[in-house]
Amino acid sequence: MIWRRAKKASDVADEAVRIAVPLEIEAAPPSREHRHSLLSAIVGSFVEAWDEVRINRTRVLLSLIGIGVAVCALATVVGAGAVFGQAQTEQSERFSGRPATIGVYPPYLENGVERADTAQFIAHMDAVIERYQISHSTPRFRGSVGVNLLDGRQYSAVQGVSAAYGVMHRVELGEGRWLTKTDEQRLAPAVVINDVFYETLGRPDLRTHPTIVLESDTTITAVVVGVLIPEPFENGLSLMMLPEPFVSLLGTGRTEDGNLSYELWVPEEQSAQLEQAISREVTASFGEGWRADANRNDYRVWGGPDPLEPLQWVVGGIAGLILLLGALGLVNISLVTVKYRVREIGVRRAFGATASRVFFAVMMESIVATIAAGVIGVAVAIAIVQNPAVQNLIAPGVQDLPPFPLEAALLALGASAAVGALAGLMPALVAVKVKVIDAIRY
Amino acid sequence: MPLLSLQEVTRSVELPDFSRLEILKGIDLDVEIGDHLSIVGRSGSGKSTLLNLLGLIDNPTTGSITFDGEPLEKLSGSKRDRKRGRDVGFIFQQFNLLAGRTALENVMTPLLYASGKQFWRRRTLASEMLERVGLGDRMASMPDKLSGGEQQRVAIARALVRSPRLILADEPTGALDVDTGKTVMALLDDVAEQSGAALITITHDPNVAALARRHYRLDNGVLHPIDVRRMLATSLPEAAL
Repeated sequence: MIWRRAKKASDVADEAVRIAVPLEIEAAPPSREHRHSLLSAIVGSFVEAWDEVRINRTRVLLSLIGIGVAVCALATVVGAGAVFGQAQTEQSERFSGRPATIGVYPPYLENGVERADTAQFIAHMDAVIERYQISHSTPRFRGSVGVNLLDGRQYSAVQGVSAAYGVMHRVELGEGRWLTKTDEQRLAPAVVINDVFYETLGRPDLRTHPTIVLESDTTITAVVVGVLIPEPFENGLSLMMLPEPFVSLLGTGRTEDGNLSYELWVPEEQSAQLEQAISREVTASFGEGWRADANRNDYRVWGGPDPLEPLQWVVGGIAGLILLLGALGLVNISLVTVKYRVREIGVRRAFGATASRVFFAVMMESIVATIAAGVIGVAVAIAIVQNPAVQNLIAPGVQDLPPFPLEAALLALGASAAVGALAGLMPALVAVKVKVIDAIRY
Repeated sequence: MPLLSLQEVTRSVELPDFSRLEILKGIDLDVEIGDHLSIVGRSGSGKSTLLNLLGLIDNPTTGSITFDGEPLEKLSGSKRDRKRGRDVGFIFQQFNLLAGRTALENVMTPLLYASGKQFWRRRTLASEMLERVGLGDRMASMPDKLSGGEQQRVAIARALVRSPRLILADEPTGALDVDTGKTVMALLDDVAEQSGAALITITHDPNVAALARRHYRLDNGVLHPIDVRRMLATSLPEAAL
């Protein structure tokens, strides 16, 4: 490339310039764009939109506070709803087991007189669990034992369950630990008591291995290894132990008493088939005239309306209203701004911006700005919902805290983009109608 | 073949009483590549309307305009916009630099509407153009930190950064003092000459008009060739405009 010095403007020192003019590049025909690149048009629109947002950040920031707050509220409602929903789910699972929990009950003669032999039922259930390779299952023995306490003898409800029961029912402990397989080796069986029982014992330090004496057919001394969290409206003594010490203490009893059932945690998609198969097998093993029931009894088969739905509608409605008000404010500010930007839009049109490009750029400014507000709103919502103090307030004791729901983030971002598009529409239409030379000259 | 040709061009608008006001009457004008012509005229003589037509912004009521032999009436709005962006560079009286953007960002603005290398290399091209107009050290300056002359040089760089074939300068020295105006016109004339682009200057100032090689006067919508030097030789030339 050959460069030469242009003529010097000699008479005005301060404005005089020396310019270097490339000869060859200008002698050649100007480059011609035979096809307007869609990619550069899209990228260019985003660059324009972002520049506008960047340059007018104070105005944009002020106009977007409402949008950001609304998006944050929307995302927080959905996110907190997910945490609260998880708490409700876990509560239900504590009560009825995780989906799908199949309850299997001892067979009975169809004439209703005689119940199956308990030992035979247990043996058949062991075989069923083995055959179907069910990883989490538990018998549930129920009974009552006498307890010698400082203030006299009291009775406590007692359940004999396997260690898997803790996982299947999301057992939550206030103190100590849940029962384990190794507890089977103990000479003094391990028990987990409820909070009322713990209170009755005077809340001893579990590290001192407090013991209780349980009386039924025999008398045994048990070691308290854990305490369940307090439950509302709980007033009786209750304890849980592994099946083996339960049988030692109370025997297997007779199934007529309704004191034994089995729970099997199985994959939900196979539960219907397994219900039928297990019912059929247990029935068949007892012979003609016997009938065994195997039914799902986890909360998910109960159905019914979502208890969270009304709350979510109310808070979501409020968030929607805030979003609408924010959008109206944004439309107002955008319209005023476009009036001030008529000259700039005229300049852009003069330099080749098509009407559609101006429309798209003004729309994009609004969308880019509201999406930026949406991102900030979602980030704040995540910080709120994932805050341990807030989580403890919404759903104390949740074991499996759900991640911030993706659908909440997408919903909030989608809402902010939609608001941006709606708020940008009117200013964009005004911008397209700008008359170029009139805008520039006057 | 002329770069831009106006043949029997008229432009009229309908008034509220449904009568028609004829703003431009029978304009014939050919502009060649590398041409430099000036158009002078009083306020209300139709200069803005003519600028709209020359800048591919408006359509004539009758007559035809061809750019590079291509009749403009056949072009759709968006094609016309793209052609304007590619082939026409505007320089305005009030500079019309975009506020809040640096000199470099202002010069990059037309390249946002380009494609290919011009779009992706817009920063480099804009920097080179600012160097050419002697503002290599003021690239990061905001318009309100630049003098009038510097602002107009930024505007010239912006007009030329896409290598247009036609430069329309609308009162380019109208907002500058006499000396700065001369410098800016010298620069504009030089850069236009070197680039081979045609330059049309619309002005009130016969001294600025005199820098062109061909001179026209727009009077009540009619375009006449005039001899500006002869006009300058007479007393009070501005009074004639």
